[in-house]
Amino acid sequence: MYIDPHTHMISRTTDDYEAMAAAGIVAVIEPAFWIGQPRTFVGSYIDYLSSIVGFERFRAGQFGIRHYCTIGLNSKEANNEELAEGVMEILPRFALKDGVVAIGEIGYDEQTELEDKYYRLQLELAKELDLPVMIHTPHRDKKRGTTRSMDVCEEHGVDPSKVVVDHNNEETVKETLDRGFWAAFSIYPSTKMGNVRMVEILRQYGAERIIVDSACDWGISEPLGVPKTATLAIERGVPEEHVRLACYQNALDAYGQSGQMHEDDWLNPSAIDQRTLYEGNSILRGGREPRVEKPAARRTMEELEIE
Amino acid sequence: MSDKPSELIHRWLNRQLPEPAEQWLGAQLAKLAEEPTERGLQIALGMTPRRLGKDDLALSQDDLAAAEAARPGWDPRGWSVDEAARILILVAAGGRGPTFAKRFTDLCQTADAGEAIALYRGLPLYPDAELLEDQAAEGVRSNMRGTFEAVAHRNPYPRERFDENRWNQMVVKALFIGSTMQPIQGLDERANPTLAKILCDYAHERWAAGRPIAPELWRCVGPFARGAALEDLKRAAETSDATSRKAAALALAASPAPEAKASLAALGELASAVESGGLSWESLAQES
Repeated sequence: MYIDPHTHMISRTTDDYEAMAAAGIVAVIEPAFWIGQPRTFVGSYIDYLSSIVGFERFRAGQFGIRHYCTIGLNSKEANNEELAEGVMEILPRFALKDGVVAIGEIGYDEQTELEDKYYRLQLELAKELDLPVMIHTPHRDKKRGTTRSMDVCEEHGVDPSKVVVDHNNEETVKETLDRGFWAAFSIYPSTKMGNVRMVEILRQYGAERIIVDSACDWGISEPLGVPKTATLAIERGVPEEHVRLACYQNALDAYGQSGQMHEDDWLNPSAIDQRTLYEGNSILRGGREPRVEKPAARRTMEELEIE
Repeated sequence: MSDKPSELIHRWLNRQLPEPAEQWLGAQLAKLAEEPTERGLQIALGMTPRRLGKDDLALSQDDLAAAEAARPGWDPRGWSVDEAARILILVAAGGRGPTFAKRFTDLCQTADAGEAIALYRGLPLYPDAELLEDQAAEGVRSNMRGTFEAVAHRNPYPRERFDENRWNQMVVKALFIGSTMQPIQGLDERANPTLAKILCDYAHERWAAGRPIAPELWRCVGPFARGAALEDLKRAAETSDATSRKAAALALAASPAPEAKASLAALGELASAVESGGLSWESLAQES
């Protein structure tokens, strides 16, 4: 069983859901983020939050995947002050929804004053609501941005064991781990981590407080990032227990601190969830053949007939 | 004198909930009675599943009878504890007319799936419910089965409120999204010729596509089956699927056309089962 704790499923197709379920992913976490170009009306943001707590959860459930999300004002759109103010006002309402496991993904993009302002306000909100935090570390000027993100957490008295610092790499991992934070890595081709490199990180640091995710989104990304990394790691001699921690248990422990994510959600779901939100268990339980072939064949001109 | 619905719900919850949960609920209701605020209401609604859990509401036959007596058509079967509590809290927050309607719409628009289901299931219990119709229609518009069924199934609201077009769209949609017609209240009462035509057209679409037809489709065709529709029933009666033949028999029995009797008689055993009451739409639903 795997958990992918950073997936923008709103941008992904049902082929991805099918492939993820077949590969053994039982749960995903969808962070609130921008959707590729800036929103300009608060209403768009509100409707987006509604859809990641509503329809997207339902969509995932149809494939036997439990879907959770984080709620927050992301760093990019924090730069639109009018929008940001409007979003901050409705955040507490959405933070209480079923399946919201953290405030996130928040942090810095360009490290502007406005980004800093709203990052701090949301750290305070997370403390008030006793929710974990998911931090998006900047892709440009990452080293200093990551350090600064953690400095500000400490300044606000946020407990590092409640904070997942995401998008780490070789340059940031040591400091993140040393300072007591969870260190997540996004296996995302070309721009973020690769999984051969991830295997080396696991070898060097072990798996304590290390989390693997795919951060799959609208770009060319890999919804099977977590299972592929897990399988590669085992093939290359990383102990199974470390792989289990990095690709399942640590995500559950970190985000489970919200009280909104439990192993029973997929192992033994409540009756009402089974009837309304979740189509039973993944196809792997019961020993049937994984359907990985079908999506691949559909993506080419091989299978012409459409029923 | 029957109990008010809120009283019944509160009693059922207190009977089932552990002490801390019961107390939390009581405190929320007291707070709302004293000083209702939108923020307080939103927080109470948001926290409900965390405080009370999501177990199914345990109801006896007596409870269901009491529900029917308190509000005819109210069917709380399948409700979960958090759903029932949310409806209780919303009603306790008070307000009526446009005030309640605005609050209801506002909550529906930012509801997660669980909240949406609770909000729509409570429709028979809300004040001035005729003002909630547009939002109820939005619930039916959803492709999330749970949300759709919260309005359509075991709910007197559509039967009482929806005009013919809305009603027809809801019934057809039940078939379309792979839900069922059987739990829709008022199926027979509100059957109409337009719906019968739409359903026959839909059956033809399915036949042309080589896709199966849900047997219960014929239920709302039967009472208006003459001419072409009768031909459709005869075709359904000849299908290889046993359940479909049973459905066709039931529909033929409801047809006003004189020729229908002969077609029904030709089904032999099935005709007598319909006659004796051994075969009914209810018994058919239990089969699937």
